[in-house]
Amino acid sequence: MLHVNVSNREQISALGTFLTLVLALAAGMVAIGLLFIISGVNPFFAFKKIFSGSFGSLYGFKETITKAIPLILIGGGLALVFKAKFWNIGAESQLLMGAIFGTWVGLNWGPALPAPVIVPLMFLAGFLGGAFWGLIPAILKLRYSINEVISTLMLNYICAEFLTLLIVGPWKSPKKFGFPYTDDLPESAILSLLPGSRIHTATLIVAVVAVVVLTIVIYKTRFGYEVRVIGENPDAARYAGIDFSRTTMLIMVISGGMAGLAGVGEVAGIHHYLSYPDAISSGYGFTAIIVAWLAKLNPVYVIFSGIFFAGILVGGDAIQISLGLPAATVAVFNGTLLIFLIMGDFFTKNKVCIQVGERA
Amino acid sequence: MEEIIISVVQRTLVAGTPLLLGTVGEIISERSGILNLGVEGVMAVGAVTAFIVTHHTGNPWLGFCAAILAGMLISVIHAFASVSLQSNQVVSGLALTMLGLGMAGLLGKPYVGKPLAVKINAMPIPYLSDIPIVGPVLFNQSPFFYLAILLAIGVWFMLDYTLLGIRIRSAGENPKATETQGVNVSLIRYLSVIAGGGFSAMAGAHLSTSYSKSWIEGMTAGRGWIVIALTIFALWNPMRAVVGAFLFGGIFVLQYMLQPLGISPNFLAMLPYLATLLVLLVGGLRDSRRLNAPAMLAEPYRRGER
Repeated sequence: MLHVNVSNREQISALGTFLTLVLALAAGMVAIGLLFIISGVNPFFAFKKIFSGSFGSLYGFKETITKAIPLILIGGGLALVFKAKFWNIGAESQLLMGAIFGTWVGLNWGPALPAPVIVPLMFLAGFLGGAFWGLIPAILKLRYSINEVISTLMLNYICAEFLTLLIVGPWKSPKKFGFPYTDDLPESAILSLLPGSRIHTATLIVAVVAVVVLTIVIYKTRFGYEVRVIGENPDAARYAGIDFSRTTMLIMVISGGMAGLAGVGEVAGIHHYLSYPDAISSGYGFTAIIVAWLAKLNPVYVIFSGIFFAGILVGGDAIQISLGLPAATVAVFNGTLLIFLIMGDFFTKNKVCIQVGERA
Repeated sequence: MEEIIISVVQRTLVAGTPLLLGTVGEIISERSGILNLGVEGVMAVGAVTAFIVTHHTGNPWLGFCAAILAGMLISVIHAFASVSLQSNQVVSGLALTMLGLGMAGLLGKPYVGKPLAVKINAMPIPYLSDIPIVGPVLFNQSPFFYLAILLAIGVWFMLDYTLLGIRIRSAGENPKATETQGVNVSLIRYLSVIAGGGFSAMAGAHLSTSYSKSWIEGMTAGRGWIVIALTIFALWNPMRAVVGAFLFGGIFVLQYMLQPLGISPNFLAMLPYLATLLVLLVGGLRDSRRLNAPAMLAEPYRRGER
């Protein structure tokens, strides 16, 4: 007889955690390969295309870093809220709200102000926009006990429609040949790029600084300690006198705000005007969930997991073009890898022994 | 006037049908203690499977059965993660949604823009459909509508009055005590999640083979998430789910009715999502502790643990 014995690991080693992550990713890749075969795609060819498209050339790598910027910003914020077990699935629309606020400031105040003034103002506006949109689900949960997964998702749909409403209606530019876009941002409001790439340096620096600061906040301050206690043991948090409402609202301001910064980066660094929601964000808010999870909810590791998943996004674009695959292919990657990552967590936390013979 | 009312009510019931199917499925799963946020993805898998099989066989009922099978199969992932591995159910459910939407997009890509030659049409019930007003509204509907109503009643009866129902509910309320009664809680939870997946897939099949007859990526349009909200709104009771689902069906129809009035179509498209928040808001005002929620919802259970 075979028996499976499961027991808690007493110590979780860093090496064990890392190896489990690598194994989980590898197993996930095998599963994705099988899904490719089912869909009639040669998996070796697809994987080769994905990784040569994103990490195999200088051009590809620059694109990967470009797409890593929003993932790092959003993933860092999500690591914070997920630590407190607040499931913010609405980063996608917090990004859009940041883009809307930032664009408004850029279009209205940009012509009169020089770059060193208008750019920080746009980022500030974007942060406030994202924070405002992130605060709504926090309040709905605290005040009316509305599940944040549902409210953040509903706000995603609502914000996407709101953005479309703006660009087909009041904000529509008369100069864009009837396309539903806003006017171009003025010169001073456009972020400068690393030469020969689309990497908007200002946002990249903001992103890296933000996740480093956030890591220090989480592991070295009282506030960070409170966030962790709320997530790990809400009852203990209550007895310790931690202000649950204040902490929840604050982390959602930070998480939403960081997504908002990413939105400003996308508009001011890449597009230069507001257009359809899917154009402004190619699912960054959802991909960032896995980015945060792969980083074990540690914002500093988000830099690496963000670059990894940005590579998958860039490579995903490459195989869409060369193999004619739909945009949904990236969702297959994300979903499968996330499933294997959470399965890997089980083996990090538990010792599993398969015994042959009678149960001891 | 009479014709307009009949048509509006009829379309409301059609739009509410997938919501009812999905909600009843989610109620089974949540009553057993497992929160399944994968509904949106499973619905998409159901829709694409039903479409592809119908496209190749010309038999929508075969497509329907294949969809249920596919929905149950993919739900095993969530059951395995949340029951056997005691993973976080929120994350596992999200992963299932991503995977389901992705697979549906990948598999359905060659079929975009190829409408079905056949679809599941309205099935008037003899004699009953001749009754004025009530007849055309209630008894000249798609088979999915009758099925959804029958399943809602059946599941309500099963949960409240049968041994299986008692076991499902007690698995969600107090798994430890249930286990001491000699019931295999893990098995019950597996079956509940898998059954729930079958229901979500039926909802998807309705969308691609009856509600419309073509496959479009993203055709589930957030219905899976509305289902999760409706489950709370229905206080985990299938009979209340009937009311909730058709209320929301009405909001979907309202979107089209208000369009000629010159209201922005983007604003109208927000309505179902705004209504979802509103419904939960009313629920939150009514009783902040939501007395009826399964006590151990989303709490992993490990056998032999104290």
